Amino acid sequence: MSTLTEEIKKKESLNGADRPSANALEHEAIYILREVAAQFEKPVLLFSGGKDSITLVRLAQKAFWPAKIPFPLMHIDTGHNFPETIEFRDKLVKELGVELIVRNVQDSIDEGKVVEETGKYASRNMLQTTTLLDAIEEFKFDACIGGARRDEEKARAKERIFSVRDDFGQWDEKNQRPELFDMLNGEIEIGQNVRVFPISNWTELDVWSYIQKENIEIPSIYFAHKRNTFLRDGLIWSAEDDVVFRADDEPVEERMVRFRTVGDMSCTAAVESYADTIDKVVAEIRDSRISERGARIDDKRSEAAMEKRKQQGYF
Amino acid sequence: MEVLKIATAGSVDDGKSTLIGRLLYDTKSMTDDKLEAIERTSKQKGYDYLDFSLATDGLVAEREQGITIDVAHIYFSTATKSYIIADTPGHVEYTRNMVTGASTSQASIILIDARKGVIEQTHRHFFINNLLRVKDVIVAINKMDLVDFSEQTYNSIKTDFEELMKKRDYQDQNITFIPVSALKGDNVVNRSQNTPWYKGQTLLEHLEELDQRDVYNTGTPRFPVQYVIRPKTEDYHDFRGFAGKVYGGELNVGDEIVVLPSMTRSRIKAIYFYNKQYKTAPRRSSVTITLEDEVNVSRGDMLVRAGDLPTVDKQLTATVSWMDSDSLAPGGKYVLQHGVNKVLAKVDAIEHKIHPDYSGIEENVSSLQMNDIAKVRLRLNKPIFYDRFKDHRTNGSFILIDSKTNNTAGVGFIE
Repeated sequence: MSTLTEEIKKKESLNGADRPSANALEHEAIYILREVAAQFEKPVLLFSGGKDSITLVRLAQKAFWPAKIPFPLMHIDTGHNFPETIEFRDKLVKELGVELIVRNVQDSIDEGKVVEETGKYASRNMLQTTTLLDAIEEFKFDACIGGARRDEEKARAKERIFSVRDDFGQWDEKNQRPELFDMLNGEIEIGQNVRVFPISNWTELDVWSYIQKENIEIPSIYFAHKRNTFLRDGLIWSAEDDVVFRADDEPVEERMVRFRTVGDMSCTAAVESYADTIDKVVAEIRDSRISERGARIDDKRSEAAMEKRKQQGYF
Repeated sequence: MEVLKIATAGSVDDGKSTLIGRLLYDTKSMTDDKLEAIERTSKQKGYDYLDFSLATDGLVAEREQGITIDVAHIYFSTATKSYIIADTPGHVEYTRNMVTGASTSQASIILIDARKGVIEQTHRHFFINNLLRVKDVIVAINKMDLVDFSEQTYNSIKTDFEELMKKRDYQDQNITFIPVSALKGDNVVNRSQNTPWYKGQTLLEHLEELDQRDVYNTGTPRFPVQYVIRPKTEDYHDFRGFAGKVYGGELNVGDEIVVLPSMTRSRIKAIYFYNKQYKTAPRRSSVTITLEDEVNVSRGDMLVRAGDLPTVDKQLTATVSWMDSDSLAPGGKYVLQHGVNKVLAKVDAIEHKIHPDYSGIEENVSSLQMNDIAKVRLRLNKPIFYDRFKDHRTNGSFILIDSKTNNTAGVGFIE
């Protein structure tokens, strides 16, 4: 017994703590990720380069340590990404030593499977769905882990943690499986797949606080920086790339901005901000009076925009 | 930060969504853009007040019919706590959603319309919250503004509810009555000037203090193994870690444990959370455990403390809440998922149906339909390691999966 006591003492001095942090959301997410690895043959983590998927990657590292993350990452590239995001993605994947799969919306366009939107509000955001569904079929993925959160949007508030999609990738919101206690039912037919949302119960502030506490590196566009921008519908758009259509009567102006979400450039507006460190960002989110998706034009198309996209197989 | 999950139950038009909207509004958790959307829509509909239910009724069908048809999750936080509300619908046909919401909640709000008092639905809401052993139940007597904030009305409803409480099985449930007006904001977050006779806390004050009590059901530690971690790298060549979540009580390095079903004994060598070692794995933590001895452990096995063994059996009796459109009948076969463990189950008999409004039981039942609750005897192809639900909320529950549709068809609470 004495050797055991000594060993415990030694361990305590190594760590300085008796018990792991009591972040219930973190323990829940790790539990979910382990269920995915155990219940499915071919899971994949959908990686956008945004803060939510970066958080997922950290949680997956924790869930399986000291083993590597037991599934690949997949990026559905709209071709309209902020260059900072792509640089960041490649660096992270190299550090983790995991496989990265990239599938391009441009290829779906070239193959004639989807048609590029035109006009003032043209975006490739909707087109991602086809590329994603094709990739799921190509690799026969049976579980796709995503960083969606229920606090983002009303329709997402009803999403299950294990959300079954049919052969066509569709979400049947009226026929969802009840999720009781901690038990996750991942039984599916061949051809079906499950979308898994381990950080379902996190809020935007929870994610930012976690990034702060864990000291997780994130792309620079999340922090305040000077950028050439223009105003439309009360939102600030990047004028630095040719991705967002800008009319002649929409003048370019330099502003201090940062991005709260990092989606496709064509549908992600910036917010005015001087928060250039993680501490300032967390403080800003805490005081914020506009929701995160308030700067996402894709949700404003109609009251039911998200629900419609989800039924069609969107993330 | 502490996270508290709350389920809500109320009948159609009891003002559940309004209450949640009010909580969000008065705690300033509703952002300007969401508030503007509510103002816009309320005006369009010609209301002279803000319709907070618009904040939570997420699906198109719900907005059209003005009712809630599925569990929605709503988030808000105060300086001390994060709250997750599972907003569950109150109609008779949606019992399954209420059971689902209550299964992950530590507290529950039952709404009563002060004009209607305790009705049959109230019996059901209370029955389910008591069956699910939700630790803290708040009875919010709503629409007090419509009964002139009458103390007499409040007291008479309270007396009726206390009558109902005599029938409950789980006696230790903490029950609190609060007179509120969700629409006007009385006693939700802010104290009301209209109820000077009420000396208790507001709804939010009550919730804020909950962590001073233990809102989790405790028991003996159970560690169902989810996943075996074998890195097979140079640095961790011999590492064999058992990943899982700790339920009931905590586990410590040095604890003598038994692996089920093999009944092999060993000791906990180390507890890892990510790349650090800890002395204790607290309840509800997702850790990785290594053992002193080379023991064969795989997913679905369970580590328990020697001396705290669960029941190991192939037969069990449980109260089953049926959730599928296909009925359950004796002879029916299902996949039974108990924690992360799966076995095959056959229905031996339906002993009796239980009316969830406390109106008694019904014998000689040939099958169970969706939303029925019944005592059922099951036979399994392999033993599971269970506790009674009253002793262990996690290790005493299971789900039944229909192997034809893969749907989660029902949930059981083991006797």
